[in-house]
Amino acid sequence: MSKREHIIEVKDMVKKFGSFTANDRLTFHVERGEIFGFLGANGAGKTTAMRILCGLSYPTSGEIYVAGHNVYRERERIKKKIGYMSQKFSLYEDLTVSENIRLYAGIYGLGRKQIASREEQLLDRLGLTYIRSRLIREVPLGWKQKLAFSVAIFHQPAVVFLDEPTGGVDPITRRQFWEMIHDATEEGITVFVTTHYMDEAEYCDRVSIMVDGRIDALDTPAALKQQFDSKNMNEVFLKLARL
Amino acid sequence: MNRFFGFVKKEFQHIFRDMRTLLILFGLPIVMIILFGFVVTTEIRDVEVGIWDRSMDQASIRATQKIFSSGYFVPAGYIDHEEEIGDLFRSGRAKVVVVFEEGFERNLRRENHAAIKLITDASDANTAQLSLTYLQGVLMTYFQSVNQDVEMPWSVNMKSRMFYNEEMKGVYMFVPGLMALILMLISALMTSVTITREKEFGTMELLLASPLKPREIILGKVTPYVLLSFTNAMTIVLLGFLVFDVPVKGSLWLLMLECMLYITLALSLGVLISTSAKTQQMAMFMSMLGLMLPTILLSGFIFPIDNMPKVLQWFSTIMPARWFIVVVKNIMLKGTGFAFIWKETLIMLGMTLFFILASVKRFKIRLN
Repeated sequence: MSKREHIIEVKDMVKKFGSFTANDRLTFHVERGEIFGFLGANGAGKTTAMRILCGLSYPTSGEIYVAGHNVYRERERIKKKIGYMSQKFSLYEDLTVSENIRLYAGIYGLGRKQIASREEQLLDRLGLTYIRSRLIREVPLGWKQKLAFSVAIFHQPAVVFLDEPTGGVDPITRRQFWEMIHDATEEGITVFVTTHYMDEAEYCDRVSIMVDGRIDALDTPAALKQQFDSKNMNEVFLKLARL
Repeated sequence: MNRFFGFVKKEFQHIFRDMRTLLILFGLPIVMIILFGFVVTTEIRDVEVGIWDRSMDQASIRATQKIFSSGYFVPAGYIDHEEEIGDLFRSGRAKVVVVFEEGFERNLRRENHAAIKLITDASDANTAQLSLTYLQGVLMTYFQSVNQDVEMPWSVNMKSRMFYNEEMKGVYMFVPGLMALILMLISALMTSVTITREKEFGTMELLLASPLKPREIILGKVTPYVLLSFTNAMTIVLLGFLVFDVPVKGSLWLLMLECMLYITLALSLGVLISTSAKTQQMAMFMSMLGLMLPTILLSGFIFPIDNMPKVLQWFSTIMPARWFIVVVKNIMLKGTGFAFIWKETLIMLGMTLFFILASVKRFKIRLN
């Protein structure tokens, strides 16, 4: 496998907060176009690692490349090529659906015409055209989440980072949301997703499982289940956590 | 550049869609200046004065008339016993009692010397002090005018004049003070709250992960407040002029420039607060307690700095408002130019620089 196809390349990444080691020599790569699940219990260090990859925080040490750029020196370039969606589906509550889309599109440097046509497409696909001028605070949570994801990939980034994107939404909406994620990969977008719902791991092409700041397992869901002799990912996770 | 303007536009939308913000931005300055201008004054008006005239002669009656025709005092009635003084004060019918001694005019003529006793209800020390000063003034002027023809070898003729505020108007004090207070409130409080709001709602993360540079984010967030604060500063000057006749004797341009400097200073302070406050409540609390109260109490806005204990005087030197008030008073009331306020300007510039550097440093720590 050539290095070009590794959209994220991480070698010996360490992040320390004082004497506490949040990420202990993480080494992994993410291939272009795959859904990479980043699993672990709360406090295992998932979010810390993801923040470093997004340029929100500096690593203590390690060699890290995102979309071919060095995280120490080329953050600005990285930021143009990535999308990010936080746990809170962060859209502006006092702006309308359409204003939110245009704001983020503008921040990512899209032109006015480009924004207009893509906005139509997007609202059409989501079936949200009729609420485009409604304030976000009046939009139900499930739609907010879908919209936040659509906004995060509106500028067609090389890789999108999703930080626990399904918190607090119902199972049906979660299912629909994962369908959207699959659709995004068809467009060539790589998806890096953290979650602590183990059933969601089944939707990923490959998953890594973090325990106490280290990656304890990394493979396809099928291979992991076989390796740990488990029926589902939840069992895999429990066995790992007990070790 | 386009992405920056889009971002500024969004900030304006936040402001204009929030009733609370709008009220603070536009209602507060106007309400404050009207309130302070009309209600809180250092002038006295219609103070009730009781008279205990023990001689009831021409001189004492004349003097009494002078007191009530001055415009500052209203009669609370005549009394003729010492005990009644207490009654007047306790019932609140009078704040001051003027006592003329027995044989007032006779003593005045024969010995060139007669006694008036002024007794005040000092449970309200400010009014008592002011009433005394005013009363003494009224009586002095009167007796001096009576004695004009009598040449006394050692009499001292004292005349006082209040430079820059001939009529001792309270608003002259309050307009500069209010400008300092309101600009601090809007600039520091509002920016710290709006920045922490982005943190609280998680949108700050999104912005930081976007191609927007941190300095663009901060600039984009403060730009609307610079414009609005400046509008406010000018509104206050205009209101002061139209409603209370407070002049701008010096250069209006210089005043505007100094306002801009002070606004920038307050904004950088707001940014610094937002780097350490995690929630909007926290930011509001820090701004209120850390900025508003000291600004009101220690800047010389209400209480003269020279009368403070030494420790508080030192403390007041780190209050940005203290220097701004000096500058504004100089320009507006004395009409002085830059030559007389460069020191204060330099101090404010230094503070601004310090706050910006501190914010950048704290911001970097957060990233690491």
